[in-house]
Amino acid sequence: MKTTSVMIVGVGGQGSLLASKLLGRLLVDEGLDVKVSEVHGMSQRGGSVVTYVRFGEKVYSPIITQGEADIIISFEKLEAARYATFLKKGGKIVVNTQQIDPMPVIIGAAEYPENCLTELKNKNVDIDAIDALSLAEQAGSSKAVNIVLMGKAAKYFDIPYEKWIKAIENTVKEKFIEMNKKAFDLGYNS
Amino acid sequence: MKKLLIGNQAVAMGLHDGGLGVVSSYPGTPSTEITEYLSEFNDIHSEWAPNEKVACEVAFGASLAGARSACAMKHVGLNVAADPLFTLSYTGVNGGMVICVADDPAMHSSQNEQDSRHYAIASKIPMLEPADSQEAYTFAKTAFELSEKFDTPVLLRMCTRIAHSQSLVETEEQIPAVLKDYKKDAAKYIMMPANAIKRHPFVEERTLKIQEFSENCIYNTLEMNDTKIGIITSGCSYQYVKEVMGDSASILKIGMPNPLPVNLIQDFAKKVEKLYVIEELDPVIETFVRSLGIDCVGKEMFSILGEFSQSTIAKAFNKEEKPFVSADSIIPNRPPMMCAGCPHRGLFYTLAKNKITVLGDIGCYTLGAVPPLSALDSTLCMGASISGLHGFNLARREESEQKSVAVIGDSTFMHSGMTGLANIAYNATNSTVIILDNSITGMTGHQQNPTTGYNIKGDPALKIDLEALCHALGINRVRVVDPYDLKACETAIKEELKIEEPSVIISRRPCVLLKSVKPQKPLLVNKDKCKSCKRCMSLGCPAISFKDGKAVVDVTLCVGCGVCKQLCAFDAIN
Repeated sequence: MKTTSVMIVGVGGQGSLLASKLLGRLLVDEGLDVKVSEVHGMSQRGGSVVTYVRFGEKVYSPIITQGEADIIISFEKLEAARYATFLKKGGKIVVNTQQIDPMPVIIGAAEYPENCLTELKNKNVDIDAIDALSLAEQAGSSKAVNIVLMGKAAKYFDIPYEKWIKAIENTVKEKFIEMNKKAFDLGYNS
Repeated sequence: MKKLLIGNQAVAMGLHDGGLGVVSSYPGTPSTEITEYLSEFNDIHSEWAPNEKVACEVAFGASLAGARSACAMKHVGLNVAADPLFTLSYTGVNGGMVICVADDPAMHSSQNEQDSRHYAIASKIPMLEPADSQEAYTFAKTAFELSEKFDTPVLLRMCTRIAHSQSLVETEEQIPAVLKDYKKDAAKYIMMPANAIKRHPFVEERTLKIQEFSENCIYNTLEMNDTKIGIITSGCSYQYVKEVMGDSASILKIGMPNPLPVNLIQDFAKKVEKLYVIEELDPVIETFVRSLGIDCVGKEMFSILGEFSQSTIAKAFNKEEKPFVSADSIIPNRPPMMCAGCPHRGLFYTLAKNKITVLGDIGCYTLGAVPPLSALDSTLCMGASISGLHGFNLARREESEQKSVAVIGDSTFMHSGMTGLANIAYNATNSTVIILDNSITGMTGHQQNPTTGYNIKGDPALKIDLEALCHALGINRVRVVDPYDLKACETAIKEELKIEEPSVIISRRPCVLLKSVKPQKPLLVNKDKCKSCKRCMSLGCPAISFKDGKAVVDVTLCVGCGVCKQLCAFDAIN
């Protein structure tokens, strides 16, 4: 079994940690070898953040490099474009269409590349874009963007729906389970 | 059942299951979680010490008393703990002692890229280096036996990619913590010249014994495959090598980088046609291999800078590059920044506005260096803001005394700011020091410190009074300001710079990310009143942006700190 590489990227504070925790737990339960890698510290203060998840029969490197990712799950549009070079040929990007301006854009030192996803699509990159923020709000909390996105990405994993739901039940706090299940379904069925 | 653990959690589990009794540490990325996870065990005494030197000495004392002990720190923390480290090598231990040190190749969250292995060599202390979480667990657990067997502290070297990567760990049974007998042993523990002279030969003999042990131990492993290519590697580099080379090359994996095994390396070198040494940062293993008269390929092919990855190895061995696509637009950077409502912002705005020279320190507030505030002039190491300001003022006197300050956080002040402040008082420069008291150790993820009133477990603890402390260090003028009040900040800074004696300004407001801090109602921009002057934008607040010629506040980020409101001359933000 070949090693599968998944990247979860976004902006510090968007909740990518829970997404990788959910995915990691699910894959361990499947009896696979798993490595999850992320950097803590300075970059968390509103910077660009990336988590690598790799799984298979035997995983060596904990990180992913250019042209290697099977799936990139991006919490923000610009971050999808930033890490697009990591995608392998035939790979897939699942992206939240939310736009969060980085400081150079806020202070007018740079421009937000509005067309970045279209540019990638024009180069035959397989992009699945979704307004995860609206769906999360519909589920009951803007914080559930992470679970909506995992719902959207779920169909690209060889893992049955029921197991995702079970992993949510095992990962999130009890009072948030129903809301997160709803968020997952909204992503899954979108 | 196997569990998915980050390397640091695996170290914590390993230390616990190895019979740890006492741990004392100072937080520092990427080492912090070791002690955080240990604090969850109630059968261990855990604590945050004011700095790494204190932490290391606490672990020494606990070991002397007969407990298995540990301390954890980042690579630059070991510089602070270097003083006890070198002589601990001479005294050895009673209870086993493990010093965890985490390097940060590529400087994800550090001011330099130093290689801790040099400390192991220089202090003649054995060092272990795991390559995944399972090894982190096993190495940490067995390090105590190694420590007691050879009468030495043991260094456990982590690096960012091992410390912060999760992989599967199978834990074993816990060895119950035992308190060994304490017997006074002056010749071993009083390191005055007459005793130390006798301990030095012991250290040299010990190194030879550990070297012999290293020839055949669980830490160094041999994988013989095709012998055309032979690779000596360690830590995370091993994973990158295996990813690319699989079973097509022979590999000697070094899990004990000090002391290195002579025979194992010589035998391996003889068996392979071409020998490569693949290690991140400095050529430590390579230099040793060459010192044995063995030719190898090392740093001429694998950089001394930054981190490696599988593509580093693939490129070196001419493997086909993986194709990729990129967007055409320029992708702007997304640097880290101070949070919306960060109490440091108002103070840095005031310093930048008044064109004040600012000697900075280590913490979240280093982000004051980032545009648009660009408020810092220097950042060197923990505590250097205060001592550096004194030197700066000695060189330039009145000219700089009236327009230069030091800024340092509460935790960093306790770590190594106090001695610098005593020096300012004693050697008399009219320096102005600003303590940014946000009531927490922020950048490393909210650890308590002696000024917060809580201990590592979150239980109430003695709270050191910063004002009284500054007075005791010889500073007569100590005043407190609220950094959300721009006018008060400006007045305080101007007055203290002008006055002809040393002074301290405590800029006090808790970190906005603390759970105890309740956010205020977000502010809104009245579009009709906004004159597009962009003055609010000069704060570099992530909650404020400019859309269609007017300022806009992101209500999901704004915590209502009101600093931007004070800047607006048109009363447009409310």
